[in-house]
Amino acid sequence: MTDSAPAIELQGITKRFPGVIANEDVTLDIRRGEVHAIVGENGAGKSTLMKILYGMQPPDEGTIRLDGAEVEFRSPKDAIAAGIGMVHQHFMLAEQLTVLENVILGSEPTTGPRIDLRQARRRIQELGDRYGMDVDPDVLLEELEVGQRQRVEIIKVLFRGAEILILDEPTAVLVPQEVEELFKNIRELTEQGETVVFISHKLDEVLEIADRITVMRQGRTVATVAPDEVTSRELAELMVGSELPTPDTRQTQAGEHVVLSLEGATVREGPRTTLDAVDLTLREGEIVGVAGVEGNGQAVLIDVILGLKELAEGRVRYGDQDITDWATRRRREAGIAYIPEDRHHEGLLLPQPLWENTFLGHQTDPELTRGQWLRPDAARRRTETIIQRYDVRTPGVDVAAHALSGGNQQKYIIGREMVAEPALLIAAHPTRGIDVGAQAAVWDLIRQARDDGLAVLLVSADLDELIGLSDRLSVILRGRLVAELDPSVVTPEELGAHMTGAAVEDSP
Amino acid sequence: MSKWRRLLLVNLTAPVAALVFAFAVSSIALLISGNSPITAFARMWEFGTRLDSIVSMVNKAVPLYLSALAVAIGFKMGLFNIGVEGQYRLAAVVAAAAGAAVTLPAPLHILLIIAVAMAVGGVWSGIAGLLKVTRGVHEVISTIMLNFIAFNLGAYLFSNYFRERAEEGGAGVQIPKTPEIPESGRFPSLNPLVEAFGFELRPGLSLQGFVIIAIIVGILYWLVVNRTRFGFDLRASGINAPAAQASGVNAKRMVVRAMVLSGAVAGLVGLSPLLGFFYRYTLDFETGLGFTGIAVALLGRNHPAGMALGALLFGFLSRSSQILDLEGIPPEVVVIVQGVVVLSVVVAYEVVERMVRRQEARAASQVMGDQPQGPAPAEAAT
Repeated sequence: MTDSAPAIELQGITKRFPGVIANEDVTLDIRRGEVHAIVGENGAGKSTLMKILYGMQPPDEGTIRLDGAEVEFRSPKDAIAAGIGMVHQHFMLAEQLTVLENVILGSEPTTGPRIDLRQARRRIQELGDRYGMDVDPDVLLEELEVGQRQRVEIIKVLFRGAEILILDEPTAVLVPQEVEELFKNIRELTEQGETVVFISHKLDEVLEIADRITVMRQGRTVATVAPDEVTSRELAELMVGSELPTPDTRQTQAGEHVVLSLEGATVREGPRTTLDAVDLTLREGEIVGVAGVEGNGQAVLIDVILGLKELAEGRVRYGDQDITDWATRRRREAGIAYIPEDRHHEGLLLPQPLWENTFLGHQTDPELTRGQWLRPDAARRRTETIIQRYDVRTPGVDVAAHALSGGNQQKYIIGREMVAEPALLIAAHPTRGIDVGAQAAVWDLIRQARDDGLAVLLVSADLDELIGLSDRLSVILRGRLVAELDPSVVTPEELGAHMTGAAVEDSP
Repeated sequence: MSKWRRLLLVNLTAPVAALVFAFAVSSIALLISGNSPITAFARMWEFGTRLDSIVSMVNKAVPLYLSALAVAIGFKMGLFNIGVEGQYRLAAVVAAAAGAAVTLPAPLHILLIIAVAMAVGGVWSGIAGLLKVTRGVHEVISTIMLNFIAFNLGAYLFSNYFRERAEEGGAGVQIPKTPEIPESGRFPSLNPLVEAFGFELRPGLSLQGFVIIAIIVGILYWLVVNRTRFGFDLRASGINAPAAQASGVNAKRMVVRAMVLSGAVAGLVGLSPLLGFFYRYTLDFETGLGFTGIAVALLGRNHPAGMALGALLFGFLSRSSQILDLEGIPPEVVVIVQGVVVLSVVVAYEVVERMVRRQEARAASQVMGDQPQGPAPAEAAT
């Protein structure tokens, strides 16, 4: 599958941003027809490198060669013209258009002034047949599931004549079954002579699909290896440059005291029932995991507990009190802590200094306020405590929240919630988008919270995280809890089967 | 970077640059119209820095400042109250009528007028808040519409109920006006203070005492916004509404409260000329203060001191432009300065803000250094 000149050859690529070297002397060769994985932590420089390759940013130094000839991309247009296509992690698709319309958008085949739909349909059909990706061109995008949408993105890129496909974290949004499906497609693509650049930090997947793997660390390429030469642990150590921990071993005793219980909790939004008769009990000292494909009601469940969404039916009990009608603030005052799924969206006031962020969610904490008055000095002291106790790396409490890295922001948020000594912790995707080192720290903090006697509700899309941390595991599907599993015996594949509804009936 | 250096950098560099730019653009306009910018600006400066002019500048700045504060309260939570114009005009008409209708001991009389004005402004603005939370009407639309209703409602009330009858108004044709507010309802001037410093004001000119109220409201604004739970909730809602809600802020109640408060402050806008100069509402009562207040709030970045400077600048420009007519120079050049300065200051703030942010990120990433396992003993200690 290899021949003389590599399809892509990057040499000495360096890219600096103010204060940061994103790529330094990166050298990489990608052979035609191979699946070449690029792995590295967040911030290792993968995205920058791909942006350079796709013409979104010019490198400061270094050369790009395609089939031996030096090229210079001024914009993605140049890259597309040279046969490079990018499938972004966040799909660039319009929900209200059909698959066909989405695919041709921006490169419509025309006869005279008219869009030649017939030709477009034929070409999509051809691409589908050739690469084994059948998608009905006339169905609306909003009716498709995530895996199918991704296929549309790939077809879109192929439609533009790409021979080299860059897939940016393509499995981040997929469940295991869909990942298998994607891998089949990728193999089909390379058999037909396409080249695939696969960016990921999920090492097992990379080992399964890649022909060669290049590891990046702190902006540099540190090694290129073949998957049969390394284990996933060795790969991970190449990535972080050191030994690393895993989410493992539980030794918990869940208490008897019930902290939170939902009884037949039902939420209706318009004609849809987004949460359907959910019964859930959380005891002190246990972590209850909720697994599910995104959009199956996890967010609604959290909103219900926080009082952000109203119940159509059912009750919420907290300790021995019925809090169904309580406002959010009252619930938070009563000791419900929240680590939101998207820290920028729900967890921080980004332009404000850290010490002001410490008030967020604790505006009525008697330690931080006196009547209606805020106590900045108390907030600053508490922020110092959080920084020390939770190892938040920051120049100080006056720094705006946006200046911190994702991992440090997350540690800060966890610290902010934990120092208020809550009784219930809701953690939504607590390690999403943070690097391996901080991930381990976050896992430890959540486990610590459990050991301190908190009830923890863990919602996550990371199956290893769910299995590794949870004491009990529930699966949510279309707004219902469809299965309760024992995390000490369940495998990610079984969990995935429940999440997609493939195994509803034969759960243990 | 220290907090103060940051404040200074952002809050001074940008407006100064914008001001220079605005004067450059106006100079070009002057040159095109065949006038010497040097003469024009020199005359403006010379005239504008006379004692009379300074007093007049402060008098003009007071309503602008209150108007800017009203707008800023909305801005702080991401609400765009364009209705200050309607709110203050309706409030002024009703307050003028109420003030003339009663007689009370001096401080009570003034307090009553202030309370009426704030109540009218607050209620009027509150309508927009209620429409937003119950019907989802965007406040920009509703406040603009409410402006028109306020103008006409004000005119209707004025000509049908509040207007002074001719037989009471003396002889001759007069412009319509409300009855005069009695002495006890007038806000004392600060002339004794000016004179205490050895300055002599020409007769008929007075430094309006309402400037004290404006300063108090400015200080209260800062305290409430920065030092109270309400202010925190307000700002949190403006910066990141979902985060505010997750933290326990009742978004709907917050919208209504912010709009009512904004309108209440807007109600004060017309009181400085009303209680300090006209003592009655007339057909030629000053208009446009609400819209100019938006510009001042933008100029001062919703900061009480910044807006005070902005209001004084606008007051200065409008006062000193009066001399241009005498020189045969179109005074509209001042409008160009005002317009350009607001536009360019918004751009300049953004540019400087980005620079500072980048610098901060750099500083932070230095501290965070080579995580995750970096020994970094020095940093760990901090």
